[in-house]
Amino acid sequence: MALLNVNDLNAYYGKSHILQGVNMTIDEGEIISLLGRNGVGRSTTCKSIMGEVPPKGSITFRGKEIAGLAPHQIAQSGIGYVPENRDVFPGLTVKQNLNLGVKPGQGASRWSEEDFFELFPNLRERQDVDAAALSGGEQQMLTMARTLMGDPDVVMIDEPTEGLSPQMCQRVADLLEEIARRKIAILLVEQKLTIAMKISTRVYVMGHGQIVYEGTPDELMSNDEIRQEWLEV
Amino acid sequence: MDWGFITVTLLDGLARGLYYFLVSAGLTLIFSMMGVLNFAHASFFMLGGYFAYIIAQEWGLTFWIALPAVPLIVGAIGMVVERFGLRHVHKFGHVAELIFTFGLAFLLQEFVKLVFGQDTKPYAVPEVLQGTLFTVGDQPFGSYRAFMILVSISIFIGLYLLLTRTRVGMIIQAALTHPNTVSNLGHNVPLIFMAVFGVGTALAALAGVIALPTDALQPGSAARLGPIIFVIIVVGGLGSLNGALVASMIIGILTTMFDASQLSVFSVMEAVANMLGIEWSLLERPTYELRRLMIGDLIMMSTKQVGALFPYLLMVLILIFRPQGLLGKRES
Repeated sequence: MALLNVNDLNAYYGKSHILQGVNMTIDEGEIISLLGRNGVGRSTTCKSIMGEVPPKGSITFRGKEIAGLAPHQIAQSGIGYVPENRDVFPGLTVKQNLNLGVKPGQGASRWSEEDFFELFPNLRERQDVDAAALSGGEQQMLTMARTLMGDPDVVMIDEPTEGLSPQMCQRVADLLEEIARRKIAILLVEQKLTIAMKISTRVYVMGHGQIVYEGTPDELMSNDEIRQEWLEV
Repeated sequence: MDWGFITVTLLDGLARGLYYFLVSAGLTLIFSMMGVLNFAHASFFMLGGYFAYIIAQEWGLTFWIALPAVPLIVGAIGMVVERFGLRHVHKFGHVAELIFTFGLAFLLQEFVKLVFGQDTKPYAVPEVLQGTLFTVGDQPFGSYRAFMILVSISIFIGLYLLLTRTRVGMIIQAALTHPNTVSNLGHNVPLIFMAVFGVGTALAALAGVIALPTDALQPGSAARLGPIIFVIIVVGGLGSLNGALVASMIIGILTTMFDASQLSVFSVMEAVANMLGIEWSLLERPTYELRRLMIGDLIMMSTKQVGALFPYLLMVLILIFRPQGLLGKRES
């Protein structure tokens, strides 16, 4: 049984039909990249799974229907989401931001603050600083770490490397690998093929609100037609 | 200079400013949450007064029972309003929410008229707190004002510690600015909002319990306070608690000073001229001319009459010169 199963997912913003029957599955510990050009509905897919945009269709997590639940209930069932806007909480310190990632009533977690401080010494140094004062890269690390503090079984990460320096992109890639090592499934929304191809076990390509291709990274790299039609600008 | 008068007026102004803050703190928190002004907020202040009057005077259970019980009762009413009213109206947008709170304010006012009538209720300061605590010069400072200051300050310290030192407080702070992100982390944001609304209305009710004995408890109590509270949160900066505190103090203290002073605008002008070393006789002609004009009556008025204009004038000036308010953040 798949960990997360999305079946005929439709979503609307007002009258515009954004997702038009998305199907995908994610297994325990899998790293899936969701690729595609801007505006094809990749972020909306994440938001619908999270319940932030009302979903039509079926989404099951560990066999239980979650479509129609409130976002906090979906998060509590074990799905984590790092949106692309890097919403750190201003006015709270780095440490306090991390602490808010811990869910109410949460038991033992696979992650501790110390894990992230080791991966990103910058966060350790700046743990008592207002999170709003961090650089873009540090904020990205913080929002990823904050979601992981809640110990999700699958984490959806939207464009984590957007606008980051190559050095910071490498840090993001390191964290993604660490997540995978801990057998946590990842749904990675990315534009940059390099990172996605390197770490993914499977890729989905989206176009016009639907999944238009599914395969392994190697299969996608050898399929020029799909890349040209749906990915390359 | 009468230092006794100035000291006591400042203390009275502090008492007034602090209870303004009790009401405006809740309103500004609720504004951060909803994104619209809650026009019914002052109605909960008035309800606080009426409930306290029933408990303390009609049922004879004393003020000391009413003091903790009324905020709990009105806070619960506030939560019901949020859960079964506002939360549904929210789906239809800000305009619908605004009109809902407008309607609620009128509904509560009419309800109070129906149940209690139009007249002013004899809701009085408890006997122990009647009288004078101390005098400065020959100016008495009432025990009850001191009590108001004490209660308000304790509440703020509690609220401040809750918001900044506890995890719940931090979740509230984060949820006010980033509700979606906080939901995505597994926190029940609708529940948090209901609680914030409840606490906001409870604070307004507490202000009603402690302030209305010094004022008049009547169906118009809400309509009298409401505009001042709006002025305060606009001047302080919408959504800013610190701004609400500063603006509450400015308006509380200055309006108290205007009310207490026996001066007229004319005499103030004379005093200012003297202070600046301007020969008054030079101004006699222009002021005489002024008095002949339409605004002539204005300078003969007492500062108490003219002072009523002050909060609104301040708001208009703030909106022109610093639209985000004293401590507010400019909307991006």
